[in-house]
Amino acid sequence: MTTHTTVTDLSTPVLGTALVPQADTKQTGKDFTSDQEVRWCPGCGDYAVLKAVQGFLPDLGLRRENIVFVSGIGCSSRFPYYLDTYGMHSIHGRAPSIATGIATAREDLSVWVVTGDGDALSIGGNHLIHALRRNVNMTILLFNNRIYGLTKGQYSPTSEAGKITKSTPMGSVDHPFNPVSLTLGAEASFVARTIDSDRKHLTSVLAAAAAHRGTSLVEIYQNCPIFNDGAFDAIKNPDTKADAIIPLVHGEQIRFGATLEDGQGHKCLVRDSGGGVRVAEVSEVAAEEILVHDAHNPDPTLAFAISRLTDSGYLNQSPIGIFRQVLRPTYDDQAREQVALSGGQGDLQALIDGGDVWTVDA
Amino acid sequence: MTVTPEKPIEQVERVIIRFAGDSGDGMQLTGDRFTQETAVFGNDLATFPSFPAEIRAPQGTIPGVSSFQLHFASRDILTPGDHPDVLVAMNPAALKANVDDLRKGAVIIVDTHDFTTRNLAKAGYADNPLDGDSLADYQVHALDLTGMTIEAVKEFGLSRKDAARSKNMYSLGLLSWMYGRPVEGTIDYVSTKFARKPDVRDANIAAFKAGYHFGETTEAFAVSYQVKPAEAPKGRYRNITGNLALSYGLVAAGRLADLPVFLGAYPITPASDILHELSKHKAFGVTTFQAEDEIAGIGGAIGASYAGHLGVTSTSGPGVSLKAEAMGLAVMLELPLVVVDVQRGGPSTGLPTKTEQADLLQAMFGRNGEAPLPVVAAQSPADCFDAAVEACRIAVTYRTPVMLLSDGYLANGSEPWRLPDVAALPPIEAGFATGPNHVSTAKDAKTGEETETADFWPYLRDPETLARPWAPPGTAGLEHRVGGLEKADGHGNISYDPANHDYMVRTRQAKVDGVRVPDLEVDDPSGAARMLVIGWGSTYGPIGAGVRRVRDRGLDVAQVHLRHLNPFPRNLGEILKRYDKVVVPEMNLGQLSLLLRAKYLVDAESRTNVRGMPFGAEEMEKILLESLADLGITQPGTADVLTAEEALR
Ligand code: SF4
Repeated sequence: MTTHTTVTDLSTPVLGTALVPQADTKQTGKDFTSDQEVRWCPGCGDYAVLKAVQGFLPDLGLRRENIVFVSGIGCSSRFPYYLDTYGMHSIHGRAPSIATGIATAREDLSVWVVTGDGDALSIGGNHLIHALRRNVNMTILLFNNRIYGLTKGQYSPTSEAGKITKSTPMGSVDHPFNPVSLTLGAEASFVARTIDSDRKHLTSVLAAAAAHRGTSLVEIYQNCPIFNDGAFDAIKNPDTKADAIIPLVHGEQIRFGATLEDGQGHKCLVRDSGGGVRVAEVSEVAAEEILVHDAHNPDPTLAFAISRLTDSGYLNQSPIGIFRQVLRPTYDDQAREQVALSGGQGDLQALIDGGDVWTVDA
Repeated sequence: MTVTPEKPIEQVERVIIRFAGDSGDGMQLTGDRFTQETAVFGNDLATFPSFPAEIRAPQGTIPGVSSFQLHFASRDILTPGDHPDVLVAMNPAALKANVDDLRKGAVIIVDTHDFTTRNLAKAGYADNPLDGDSLADYQVHALDLTGMTIEAVKEFGLSRKDAARSKNMYSLGLLSWMYGRPVEGTIDYVSTKFARKPDVRDANIAAFKAGYHFGETTEAFAVSYQVKPAEAPKGRYRNITGNLALSYGLVAAGRLADLPVFLGAYPITPASDILHELSKHKAFGVTTFQAEDEIAGIGGAIGASYAGHLGVTSTSGPGVSLKAEAMGLAVMLELPLVVVDVQRGGPSTGLPTKTEQADLLQAMFGRNGEAPLPVVAAQSPADCFDAAVEACRIAVTYRTPVMLLSDGYLANGSEPWRLPDVAALPPIEAGFATGPNHVSTAKDAKTGEETETADFWPYLRDPETLARPWAPPGTAGLEHRVGGLEKADGHGNISYDPANHDYMVRTRQAKVDGVRVPDLEVDDPSGAARMLVIGWGSTYGPIGAGVRRVRDRGLDVAQVHLRHLNPFPRNLGEILKRYDKVVVPEMNLGQLSLLLRAKYLVDAESRTNVRGMPFGAEEMEKILLESLADLGITQPGTADVLTAEEALR
């Protein structure tokens, strides 16, 4: 395992929530539950994520009034209404820009963005990539159900090619985005993928994302039983999931599939001669060839190569876990530092009186 | 040693000078420096820079001409003037592009150096105009300014090309002599600007001084002129452009409200200087966010306002179009926000470097649904300061997005600014919510016992202003959710109830309608005017100049100018009804007149110009005379157009 030094010597904190006030008393999930009736369709994956978040927030231990959830438009973007924190349900695709304003203005807030595949990757694609490149201290939960739910079932930018929907009766001719590849390409400092139905994994990823200083992007596979049911069946079905999920755990060999005697999967990832990564049988490669996951590698190349193992059609195979987690300076810390360095004591009268001034004493 | 005989000095009341050259010739800098010299001297002044949209349009061509016009006088003036008395033309294209604006007898100073066959052809001259008699109506001084500059700076060992670059300073020196300008400011300026390049610094100073001495000694110029300082109210002054004054206004408003200012902006002509300027003022707690696009600019500003900062976004018309949806969100969220629109010629990309005021209706109505917001407009470069403070005051007081309208003419034009005493500016009350504002009662189903809990209702309004509470995150007990979906009155939860929507739409309108704005004061010295001329924004100067000229003819005309476009001042309707005729000059196709006609049922007469240029004083005079003639009012005695000498304004 190689260790990496951080990109710069950060004088600012390295914990995402470092400047957010801690709660005085222990909180419960109920404290974070608003009085609003939850209105997703029965069986929607959003319920599970909401429960997981409500269960996780007390563990985060922050003051409720210092937490802000910002969302865009779409089914998942109703999220803020159901949490008893500060929140804004904004407009389609723009949540990352609004959250950038909030996070830059206030170091004492824990800022969360809730978005979907249409909101984040279609109408708001520009804001997403720019938030990631700036590395604003916030956590983005990208609910990917691979369909437009709220507008009743059109294909989305993550729908598989050929998908037949209301707007594509002969099949979609769009090539889908792989959200992890996209966000790694935007040089996101934290990229993870998890699944709505796996509360334990989801919670562990949320904890890591919240702890990360900078923009954390968490793609959550979320089932939409109404318009895209079964999109994630291969990774949820107990019979197939061992082969479908490629688990990524920092510092551990990347192995999956039915377990061998050593308790780990019979398949593994190895470097491919073409520069990428491929799946191999553990029995057919030397032990040192098996990739050990290194989420802290400053070079995102390998993480990107792993992300390419995600099926773009039916999800027979998908890496799950934290792809990348590296420290680099955040936009908001640096912006605040520039303001702080300037002293904040500007003399307004002197500013106005600057330049070539003359006096008329009539 | 021969002593240069003192040349006679002629007194003049006002002068209009236009410096014109290739966009790489440094004409803006020359104009700027001459303006500073003039300001410090104490003349009243108004400037009008004009430059191509391209950064470096093809050299020597008409589209590549950049110019700077300055009007200065020993009395107060309102416009940069219609017809230059002096044109400085650095190449054939500059001469060709500007000569038609001159009146007979005007002075033309031409740098002959570039009058080569090739450059004449580029400018579209078949023959050299300096040879024939096409310029016979003017006093032409054909001088090899470039050659004289190269000669003057030869000791500094610069290349010929670099030496020639100082020609703008040579011509500035010459003009500074002609009008007796103080030169120390320019020498200091050059010394500071080129402190790290001593040879360039010394060459520029030498060229400047050489130009000045050339004026003193040459026989080409028999006299120099004096324009005495203007009388002005007591105080301290500086010359300022609209964009700078507007930026200072935003900084000042942040101080007055004790709020950090957050500007989210995407670069766009002619608003970018506001972003540049505010980015320098971090010491005032100003944060600037250069966003990935116009929408993110306003998004960041909305987020900052939600978080308790004074959110501002600055742009021009095309950017306002992109921000429309987010402005609607801000209307719904009822948070303070200032949207600065430095208007330019439209539609679409239009005329980026030219002026227009055709975004008024966009400002008023350019959003989906009923989305009213207050609209404030600046009327002169220095006034941009007051307009910006006013926009922020309304935004904070009423928790509303406010549109602040400036335009390209105000943004880049300049005038003397009487410096305000900061301590005398009234504070702006941010008044954040600090605790619960409502008591809910609940009945226990079993015991029937009533319990009371204090809670926070984000849409419970101040009865006077109808403003809702501003509760930035961080205060316990005030956790609440806002958003673009319709909110129920009071508690602010999502509501699709028809009656509630009707109520909320009307309430948001009533809040904007109820913004307190000062009553208008009509300028009608004789009290006998039958015609009112009304304008808004940057037409203030030209309308004022036109009105003066008409009054100089002994005719009565009343004038009023709007700072507040939404809501209109309370007494506007009553004022409009007092006059037999209402004339509305605008740089659009009649947007204010449309609003006045709709709201007050007056037969407002629209007079418009969309050439990308401000109205001229003479043009405005003609408009007003025509409108007066319609009322049967004509000048007693001669009806001839006043000569330039008579119409001194
Ligand atoms: S449409 Fe799909 S994503 Fe939307 S609430 Fe219903 S189940 Fe959930």
